Amino acid sequence: MTALFETRELKIEARPHGKPPIPIVKGVSFEVQPGQVVALIGESGSGKTTISLASLGYTKPGLYFSGGEALLNGKDMIALGPEDRRSMRGQNVAYLAQSAAATFNPALKIGEQVTESAVVHGFMQQGDATKRAEELYHALELPAPDRIGYRYPHQVSGGQLQRLMAAMALVSKPNLLVLDEPTTALDVTTQIEVLKAFKKVIREEGSAAIYVTHDLAVVAQIADHIVVLYGGEVMEQGSAEQIISHPGHSYTRRLMAAVRPAPTAGLGVATEGEHRRDVPALEVKDVMAGYGLNPDGTPMVTVLRDINVSIERGHVVGVIGESGCGKSTLARVMAGLLPAAEGEVILDGTELEAKLEDRKRDELRRVQFVFQMADTALNPKQYIGDIVGRPLEFYHGLKGRKKRERVAEILQMVELPTVFANRFPGELSGGQKQRINLARALAANPEVLLCDEVTSALDTIVGANVIKLLTNLRKETGVSFVFISHDLSTVASFADDIVVLYAGRVVEQGPTDEVLTPPFHPYTRLLITSVPELRVGWLEATMETREAAAGIARAVEMTAIGCPFYNRCPVAIDGTCDKVMPPIRVPSSGHEIACHRTLDELVEDQNKPQQVLHGYETVHPDEEDEKHK
Amino acid sequence: MTNGNSDRDVDLTLGQPARGEVARAEQAEGIGTCQEDASIYDELPDAPPKQGIRLSRIGWLATGIVAFWVIIAFVGPYIAPYHEAAFIEDDLAGNPIDDPTFMTPNEQTLLGTDYLGRDIFSRIIWGARTTIGISFAATTLAYVIGIILGIGTAVSGGWMDTIISRINDAILSFPSIMLGLIVIAAFGSSIPLLIVLAGIIYASSVFRIARALGQDIMVQDFVEAAKARGEGLWWIITREVLPNAAMPLATDFGLRLVFIILFISSLSFLGLGVQPPISDWGSMVRENLQGLGYGSIAPIMPAIAIATLTISINLIVDDISAQAGGGLAKKMV
Repeated sequence: MTALFETRELKIEARPHGKPPIPIVKGVSFEVQPGQVVALIGESGSGKTTISLASLGYTKPGLYFSGGEALLNGKDMIALGPEDRRSMRGQNVAYLAQSAAATFNPALKIGEQVTESAVVHGFMQQGDATKRAEELYHALELPAPDRIGYRYPHQVSGGQLQRLMAAMALVSKPNLLVLDEPTTALDVTTQIEVLKAFKKVIREEGSAAIYVTHDLAVVAQIADHIVVLYGGEVMEQGSAEQIISHPGHSYTRRLMAAVRPAPTAGLGVATEGEHRRDVPALEVKDVMAGYGLNPDGTPMVTVLRDINVSIERGHVVGVIGESGCGKSTLARVMAGLLPAAEGEVILDGTELEAKLEDRKRDELRRVQFVFQMADTALNPKQYIGDIVGRPLEFYHGLKGRKKRERVAEILQMVELPTVFANRFPGELSGGQKQRINLARALAANPEVLLCDEVTSALDTIVGANVIKLLTNLRKETGVSFVFISHDLSTVASFADDIVVLYAGRVVEQGPTDEVLTPPFHPYTRLLITSVPELRVGWLEATMETREAAAGIARAVEMTAIGCPFYNRCPVAIDGTCDKVMPPIRVPSSGHEIACHRTLDELVEDQNKPQQVLHGYETVHPDEEDEKHK
Repeated sequence: MTNGNSDRDVDLTLGQPARGEVARAEQAEGIGTCQEDASIYDELPDAPPKQGIRLSRIGWLATGIVAFWVIIAFVGPYIAPYHEAAFIEDDLAGNPIDDPTFMTPNEQTLLGTDYLGRDIFSRIIWGARTTIGISFAATTLAYVIGIILGIGTAVSGGWMDTIISRINDAILSFPSIMLGLIVIAAFGSSIPLLIVLAGIIYASSVFRIARALGQDIMVQDFVEAAKARGEGLWWIITREVLPNAAMPLATDFGLRLVFIILFISSLSFLGLGVQPPISDWGSMVRENLQGLGYGSIAPIMPAIAIATLTISINLIVDDISAQAGGGLAKKMV
């Protein structure tokens, strides 16, 4: 069988101005057979995206092909003229970028954009293309396939948009599909849904695919063949089964080690001793908050309702939930960036003003917010030294030499060389910027550090390093952390307490051990089952579980009445869960579950996870083992 | 496991002079599973070294032309063969000339004479000072007003923003020449008035740009971080917003300067700008229009001077914005 796509000793280099060329890809050879999914895996900077783009005969600006061939259907994409290359691109190979939100034009209807390339290249008439697109919507299991093409991109969810982008790529029936980290930015539950749709459509269309990712667990679900890359070279390649079960190269083993462990308990370590005090470091009481303002002072869109969370001194509190559940909103309320409409934020026993402007400077210092995107959270026009030095000057009045010395200390604390003080953020890599982002917050010498998805934009290994750093920092400083993430395994590996948020409500909270083993609340369970495992066949197995059937592929909806999880819950009680606020059940001190089901029912339910529950009677919130709040 | 990767470490050191230090720090900390290869933490040079602005060859030529005119503006009166108001009455030999108006170029008057018999070459040199001086002063004034109000309203928002923006809309809705005519008709023409007038008229478009840029930057996380820290308005404007708006504003400065040169020239052309006998390129074109009938180059030469200056400024601006755009495109990839 001849390969559909093949690279032979592909070399790509960067040619900076007035400097010798830097090799980026150093002689990479691999093949993609028709109908095969080949995964390129490696951390950021391994050249995986660059290699995948070579299949389109494209390099990013500043990069040049310096040797080798990239053969698609026997034609060398590198050597082809621009016209031939363009026709190959439309017809034979299609590219799916990482962010669907950035790929779609918000001003055009989805259908127009999906069919555009086929029509522009002249493969199809508009009518045929639209029909073909509808078939693909069906195949990708999108809701209302005949109508979704008439919507605008903002009217569908992120996971749906990602699948629509696949439809866009597949409309002109390409032989080869290049997928660049298509699920990296998605929630675990959405990721499953997208992976499943991709897998199905690739099989049905019989097209081959190059799947670029840093996540081995995802690769295990979708790839037939794996190519492990590091520093622009192939470390190892082989069938998925072989690489996953018998990794030959040390680098592959290290990648596997960096795969987030399945969320199990017992990983959080509470700090004992000197930092302990009776009063929680930060406490949130009966908070209601949202965006917009009605004339009567209530928010137009209420995001958070009845939130009661307390952060013990020296503890790490993980806040988990899918996107849109109000995790960031909660952190913003704590920081004062978003004043709560009702309720209190209490810092070390004293109530804080809701608004940032009314808080005292010292109160601001004690609660620091670390933004999600280090790229945008650091002013590109300020030196690192000034960024980190400003809180020192602002809160502690340090100036001149003292300030510089302290900046150096802090840079060392986040494990960066002190010479970075003289650089601009644009000269740092993603992980380094995230460290600076942390360093700025640490410079204030805070008591509570609010970390909003600080590792989400980083790849596995870099993210693991940042977590390691945070772990060290809390040991050294005794700072309390609020760690927000949609990635359950990261949170589980490092938090003492977990708060599970769903649709702006706390559905479960308590010590990590108790929340995760065993997971009581159906939503916690859904989140846990959705974390990809590093084994072939996991995706299929998971899709068959009840949690998946009930909960995946549904959007988060905010409700004012009843349990917000009602429409995704496998054990929902009609007539109760959708009408009445769930009671709070307390299995042990500090552990709270908001559910209509009794603990016994939930425990029993865990033990037979494959069955669909129907037989339970309606339970009222006044039974003996529960405490109504 | 370390030996397998050690040879590759060398490849990873690109542009990371401080690597060794990092690696040591990392090893000292003992970073879990990633410990065996500390270089991992360096994360490869995905951050390009920063680049200054590089001008193209045409950009350099344009810069040269602009620099030439700026120098002329400074030293013009000292090197010009005649005073701007001097009439040529005698030739080089001292004999009276019959008709000194609209003379063709000769060795006495390099570019000929105008409708009153003044040396065009000298007047262009003198005029550089007036034209460039007035437009530069007016542009600067427009920028000072526009940026202070624009960034100020963007940062503070609320009713201040609404009021100032609506007043600005009102100013923008007047055609600039009309507005100029009315004001000059009321107050009479003088150079300070021209500067203030052009400054205020063009401040409204600068305001628009500055406000839009400011609003863009205000929603960035680093501004939010500054707010969360408790910084005041002044810090946010001067340290967070302005440095990030500087590049696009500088690009716009060049364009605005051109508009103002043309605006002043148009006013002069209508006879309302710079008053005789002061030479100004725009008014020189107007005064000598009748010369076209005699085949004189008198109105062409100042027009060429205006063209070289404005086109050059535009070319430089193009060069700069192309570079900024390149960076923007790179970010989007």
